[in-house]
Amino acid sequence: MNIDDIKREFPIFDDKIQNNDLVYLDSANSSQKPRVVVDRIYDFYTKEFSNVGRSVHYLAVAATNLYEQSRVSVQKYINAKDKDEIVFTKGATEAINLVANTFGQKYLSEGDEVLLTELEHHSNYVPWHFLRKAKNIKIEFAEINDDGEVTLEAIEKKITNKTKIISVSHLSNVTGAILPIKEIVQLAHSKNIPVLIDGCQGAPHLKLDMQDIDCDFYAISGHKMYGPTGIGVLYAKKKWLEDLPPYQGGGGMINEVKKEGITYGELPNKYEAGTMATAQVIAFNESIKFMEKIGIQNIEKHEKELLDYGLEKLRKNNSINIIGNPKEKGGVISFTIEGVHPHDIATILDEDGVAIRAGHHCCQILHDKLNLPATARASFGVYNTKDDIDKLDEAINKCKKIFNL
Amino acid sequence: MDLKDLYQEIILDHGKNPRNLGKFDNYNKDAKGNNPLCGDNVHVYLRLNENKKVEDIAFEGHGCAISMASASIMTDMVRGKEEKEVKEIVTDFLGMIKEKDSLETNILKDDEKTKLMSLSGVKQYPMRVKCATLSWHTLTSALDNSDQIVKTEE
Repeated sequence: MNIDDIKREFPIFDDKIQNNDLVYLDSANSSQKPRVVVDRIYDFYTKEFSNVGRSVHYLAVAATNLYEQSRVSVQKYINAKDKDEIVFTKGATEAINLVANTFGQKYLSEGDEVLLTELEHHSNYVPWHFLRKAKNIKIEFAEINDDGEVTLEAIEKKITNKTKIISVSHLSNVTGAILPIKEIVQLAHSKNIPVLIDGCQGAPHLKLDMQDIDCDFYAISGHKMYGPTGIGVLYAKKKWLEDLPPYQGGGGMINEVKKEGITYGELPNKYEAGTMATAQVIAFNESIKFMEKIGIQNIEKHEKELLDYGLEKLRKNNSINIIGNPKEKGGVISFTIEGVHPHDIATILDEDGVAIRAGHHCCQILHDKLNLPATARASFGVYNTKDDIDKLDEAINKCKKIFNL
Repeated sequence: MDLKDLYQEIILDHGKNPRNLGKFDNYNKDAKGNNPLCGDNVHVYLRLNENKKVEDIAFEGHGCAISMASASIMTDMVRGKEEKEVKEIVTDFLGMIKEKDSLETNILKDDEKTKLMSLSGVKQYPMRVKCATLSWHTLTSALDNSDQIVKTEE
């Protein structure tokens, strides 16, 4: 694959940003959007718009078909067994909230345990905390090791006969650790415990096969997969979607509504109340096609090359401390510079058009464990090049110079 | 935008070697502040005497060069001032960081104003304004005996 050609498909790189060529190293936060995705939103609104699933006029039928085609695209992309196992949400956050809320309602009671890990994003902790408040459940955290990984053994250590669900990241947005999710699912299932995978960082960078992983739930963020904001996916095994109660109530999710009672709609409508983010769902299909065209194996290979190059380069740069050293690692490099706060690093790098993130990256539990209030993070997407990493390194040197290091 | 406006020598100096860092024993007012966006935090301790004068002031915390320098310069500046004067300085400083071009209070000497104005570079960096103002809001909270932890996010 030719990265220059791929990069040209992203309009954001056409123009200078603050007089600089953009070096975008914040894809773990949100990825940039290829032209096909942006155009699809424009075309839908200008030529094809109608609400889906309700009216019988031409535009409504066409829009409904487009919307459902996206569902089938996602199903195929992640190799889910059935298209009804794909629920569109406003993001991965809503997908996790949906599971915590509905599973919590039906299956959790006082003293039950939910097992997370220390490297979870707040979106995979706060929804469970709500249950801790409402139902007096307990939350356990599988520990990270010195390399910033969570091993199968660390998970096993925290499983008790009270553990009712395990919810873990696929890929850490801070250390980049890729968790052994297939093994975690096997272990959990041997004890009849369902597993939710927070796939925010997994889905944009790794090959997904739901039937192979065999997880019960998998949460996906659209905007990290070169897709629009406001769109996410909850994959859930059909048995769960049939078994769990609905999440939000409203139009579209019902079967029959009477004064004395209501019956709910069939899957997947049961979980898609109200008018959905229609344009985003339809444009998300273009993101999937975009990734399929490049090929996830090629994306993985490219990002691995960038990661190896970046780690080698930054390790040579004195006074940089790289956070974590996982054996299986995605395209994320979190680091600190002795004597310079991450926010100062981010501001100084930005001056040269190098966009990184600084802060706790919505992982305060992890940063507490690492005893660091904040870190700087460079994360990769398909459009990044080794030249971007060279510019990162140069900008870091400028930063050290300003701080007289 | 120019980084030199933001990272002036005086900021780098106070950021690296913050003055008045560390709690002291006989404080009678204190307050905490944090910036949830970045995890930075500050804890301001001060001792007001019977004449409502700031006898001593110090802070604990961690943060970027801007927030550390701001807390350091602030604590230097308000020591020995009366509560009323401190409040006037805080209002003047926050007004300058938000919109005004200069400091207007007569309480500060010219060299003190120059020192404070070294923080004015953050105006060009809207995301960093909170770094400069956190310790000042926290100082107000300490004077007002507020139990509320100051947050930069509403």
